[in-house]
Amino acid sequence: MSSARTILRSLRQYKSATILTLVFIVGEVFLEVLIPFITADMVNYIKDGKSLDHIVRIGLVMVLAAMLSLACGVLAGMFCSKASAGLAANLRHDMFCRVQDFSFANIDKFSTSSLVTRMTTDITNVQNAYMMTIRTAVRAPVMFVFAIIMSFIMGGSLAMTFVIVVPVLIFGLIMIARKAMPAFRAVFRKYDKLNESVEENVRGMRVVKGFAREEYECDKFASASDDIRKDLTRAERIVAVNTPMMQLCIYFNMVFILYVGSKLIIRSKGTDIDVGQISGMMVYGMQILMSLMMISMIYVMLTMSFESVRRISEVLDESPSITEPANPVTEVADGSVDMENVSFRYSSKAARDALENVDLHIDSGMTVGILGGTGSSKTTLIQLIPRLYDVTSGVVKVGGVDVREYALKPLRDAVSVVLQKNLIFSGTIRENLLWGNENATDEEMIEAAKLAQAHDFIMSFPDGYDSRIEQGGTNVSGGQKQRLCIARALLKRPKILILDDSTSAVDTRTDALIRAGFRSFIPETTKIIIAQRVASVMDADMIIVMEGGHIVAKGDHEELLRDCAIYREIYEQQTKGGVSDEQ
Amino acid sequence: MSSEGKVVKAPGGRGGPRGFGAVKGNKESFATLLRVIKKYKGYFPKMTPVVIICILLAAIIGSIPSLFIQKVIKIIEKWYETGDWASARPEIVRYLTILVSLYALALILTICQTQMMAFMTQKFMDKLRNEMFSKMEKLPIRFFDTHKHGDIMSYYTNDIDTLRQLVSQSIPTFIQAIVTVAVVFFVMIYFSVWMTLVLIAGVIAMIIITAKVGAGSAKYFIRQQKAVADTEGYIQEMMNGQKVIKVFNHETQAIDGFNTLNDGFYEDSWKAHAYANILGPIINNIGNILYVTLALVGGIFIIKDVQNFSLSRMAFDISVLVPFLNMAKQFMGNLNQLTMQMNAIVMASAGAARICALLDEEPEADDGYVTLVNVVEDENGELHEVAEHTGKWAWRHPHKADGTVTYTLLKGDVRMTEVDFAYEEGKDVLHDVSVFAEPGQQVAFVGATGAGKTTITNLINRFYDIADGKIRYDGININKIRKDDLRRSMGLVLQETNLFTGSVIDNIRYGRLEATDEECREAARLVGADDFITRLPDGYNTMLTNNGTNLSQGQRQLIAIARAAVADPPVMILDEATSSIDTRTEAIVQRGMDKLMEGRTVFVIAHRLSTVMDSDVIMVLDHGRIIERGDHNRLIAEKGTYYRLYTGAFELE
Repeated sequence: MSSARTILRSLRQYKSATILTLVFIVGEVFLEVLIPFITADMVNYIKDGKSLDHIVRIGLVMVLAAMLSLACGVLAGMFCSKASAGLAANLRHDMFCRVQDFSFANIDKFSTSSLVTRMTTDITNVQNAYMMTIRTAVRAPVMFVFAIIMSFIMGGSLAMTFVIVVPVLIFGLIMIARKAMPAFRAVFRKYDKLNESVEENVRGMRVVKGFAREEYECDKFASASDDIRKDLTRAERIVAVNTPMMQLCIYFNMVFILYVGSKLIIRSKGTDIDVGQISGMMVYGMQILMSLMMISMIYVMLTMSFESVRRISEVLDESPSITEPANPVTEVADGSVDMENVSFRYSSKAARDALENVDLHIDSGMTVGILGGTGSSKTTLIQLIPRLYDVTSGVVKVGGVDVREYALKPLRDAVSVVLQKNLIFSGTIRENLLWGNENATDEEMIEAAKLAQAHDFIMSFPDGYDSRIEQGGTNVSGGQKQRLCIARALLKRPKILILDDSTSAVDTRTDALIRAGFRSFIPETTKIIIAQRVASVMDADMIIVMEGGHIVAKGDHEELLRDCAIYREIYEQQTKGGVSDEQ
Repeated sequence: MSSEGKVVKAPGGRGGPRGFGAVKGNKESFATLLRVIKKYKGYFPKMTPVVIICILLAAIIGSIPSLFIQKVIKIIEKWYETGDWASARPEIVRYLTILVSLYALALILTICQTQMMAFMTQKFMDKLRNEMFSKMEKLPIRFFDTHKHGDIMSYYTNDIDTLRQLVSQSIPTFIQAIVTVAVVFFVMIYFSVWMTLVLIAGVIAMIIITAKVGAGSAKYFIRQQKAVADTEGYIQEMMNGQKVIKVFNHETQAIDGFNTLNDGFYEDSWKAHAYANILGPIINNIGNILYVTLALVGGIFIIKDVQNFSLSRMAFDISVLVPFLNMAKQFMGNLNQLTMQMNAIVMASAGAARICALLDEEPEADDGYVTLVNVVEDENGELHEVAEHTGKWAWRHPHKADGTVTYTLLKGDVRMTEVDFAYEEGKDVLHDVSVFAEPGQQVAFVGATGAGKTTITNLINRFYDIADGKIRYDGININKIRKDDLRRSMGLVLQETNLFTGSVIDNIRYGRLEATDEECREAARLVGADDFITRLPDGYNTMLTNNGTNLSQGQRQLIAIARAAVADPPVMILDEATSSIDTRTEAIVQRGMDKLMEGRTVFVIAHRLSTVMDSDVIMVLDHGRIIERGDHNRLIAEKGTYYRLYTGAFELE
């Protein structure tokens, strides 16, 4: 229930629309229940041969009631659409903003696709559920109560039929729901599995066909599908009792009202009730039974949407794990980096530290290369510098100040990271590059692009810097994408530039040109380069070799070649054959 | 095992347009609808008519109580003045007895119908699912390459669900409503033609108004659809790039962009739903007003004693007016039901059309008649076909001309001669490609993405058929070989590993279903997978789910390699993984691959220097042509493209 409360907090300006919906719904229902009451009188007037005047007058009252009910209904429909669409819009907005506050650790917790599902499908589910709740879930019980009251006022002892029918129906509905719900839940799980196996087949069709396993897969599918059929049939047959049960109640009502009604009318000579009431009671019968049916339907649908409610509130309740200090430092002095006895683990549940007791000093303006296998925590190490994650113990300093004492914006402006997953966004190349600095001039932009060796290929596109990038950057090659990302990061004019394996798809010549450009054009910037190729880091001032969360060696190329076995192994593996042939 | 990321059906769906204005069908969708119904009837030739009769009779009985109400009121009228219940009672009881027995009959009919439908619907779904799935398994790879996986999945989730609603709800309700409308109409003119005419006038007014509202609803639902797509696209891109947003302090801009879309989405969404929501009250209250009008007109008829005109020639009095008013409600209600179901049917026929299109897809053609059989070799070197597994295979080649059968030993000799191929007409992917692989040779393909490496392997195992040229396998044209047998003789390890839900050993056994547990373990040992498998919590019985997410990428590759190893085919097609895995696992995977290649004819799409260097022949591909061929030393000496690729002076991807 607390997750439902979390969600309702996003209602805000649509609270009034919700309340108005409820008011108009109650009005609509009241009039709807009143109308049969008036009709009964009208029928009696006609029967008793009252004057036309009387009849027309009461007819006008009824038309007026219908008009009012129409107005209420239309207004309720509109307000409830506003309230539910508004709640959905607010929820989407709140979730989106919440995610913007997430730290990397928060983002890691939810996968991209799960966040997207939560912000789309789940919100649609909640929107529909909310609309139904404030409309039908209020309408049905109110209708039930009003109709019961009015039927007793109008029909007197004729209303006794409801005393018999309503408990029977309620009991039946509850029994069906209680029996069918668990059966359905279990079978839906199986259904999910069946669909997963279809997905596996679609995805792995080359394997299926490659091993000629089509028939085998069909047999597997058929038995799973038949299993589901049996379970579902059992559940559906329980639910199928609903219709005849409802019919039985309607039929009972009809016969009871006709028999007892005519008895009452004839015995009392029409003073207790009259023919008009008979037809009125039939209408009430329908209203009462239908509202009960509605309530059981809503119960089922709301339970179905509850999973969505939980998933949305999970995002909204997630608190950002990185926050700014009270009196932050807003100026980064220089590009020096210090790590003092730094240990880091991704979550408290992780089995071991990703980084263990790391000590490191990098002077401002240095070029540093980092080498190491996958899983050696190279990326982890550099992500601590712009405080994308917080250390578990120890201190990371940039420009001599603990990163936790900076405001986030100036720190991240000073430390520019080109992430391993190089992403550009749909829009023009210019728009993408200006992410680095919104106010950059054209000259600055072109300068950065030239430095990243991107200017030439950008100009080869028909629209140059105004060429459009498709979503996911599908119309540029991997190497081009990487160079655009580097240019984007350079535009920030950072004090520290970090490239996380950002030239892997760039050919070696261009790679070398980029590094040469860094040396001559941004000498005062600290450059940290993670690479797979030894050639990319060979000429660095310092090379760090990492393995299993430790720095195993530091030094320049010559020193490492002499002292570090791992470095030598990587170097030889990458240069054997080709280079020796070249020499 | 969460259900996230999958198509989750919203309760009640995203909501479609309603009302008369939204009904727009065409002949085509009507035809597919008929096809589905025919299919249904085909599945249940006996039960379908029974169910329909049940629905018909129950609907008729449900529409005639008005006749009894009229009778009862007539009796009340008769004894009203005297208040003589004792005399009235037997008359009323007589009519009510008939009514009760009719009701009892209707109840029995309904119970039969609903219980049968519950059974039939599920059976139908089961049969349809199976038909779709086995059809899908028969489709050529081209189908899977040209359709988005999400679209294929939605056949099994959304489309089949709309069909379920169609056969289990829409059509039965539609039949019931149409019968009710017809019977009620008949009873109404039986009572009074004049009153019926008044009602018809009201119905026409209702249709006009709801058509207007329905059209508005449809318009905004279409706009909402577009807004949904735009907003979802934006969310998708931003969530995906969330880390970049953080690194560039771009949060505020991201929120601004989102707000614009979100506000537009809200506008379209609430209007679309508002139109749909007000339709109910409108129909309802037009009904109420019509009811009053009928009561007034009826009242005037009675008071002014207007001459009635009806099938029954009954005088128009209160005993007719009351049931007539009831019927008017029933008539309107069922008419409304009719239009709603018509909408549902139109929407469902879109799903039906998609499913029919799947079932109509052309299956993978296979005219092969050369099969793979077990043989023994006698002392004269002649081959004899035997039923049991001998470890020796041969191609059984029947010759139609003279009725003889020849056997050719399976060796793994593959020759492609002057092959041209295009995925789409006019866009050639391969030109004049010739590749000769002798048994036991290793052929490596090298080249940029899109150069045609994968295409060549697609042709060898006939995932696609060549346009021009020849491919011979042990001297036999591969078009003559039955596809299943051709593929059984070739192992396949793909760049992207696909494992299936089930235990590790089941996944290995996928390569050869008859393999014993020991043979599976042996294969795993051979490729170096045994070590990590035995360290899994349940060893070989560890369950894999979701394509083996509980394993590392390297481990998954090792299982795929073991799977190919247990099949023990003479020919292997390997597509090496490009994505980097950690050095140690990479070395193990590499060793596994090497083991697998030993003694086989191997086609390998190579990304690793060591694989390329050790190959007997290296083919360098560029834009569908082989531009260089030879072994490593020769190509290095040529100082051509291979040389530049190899020394890293050339951008590969």
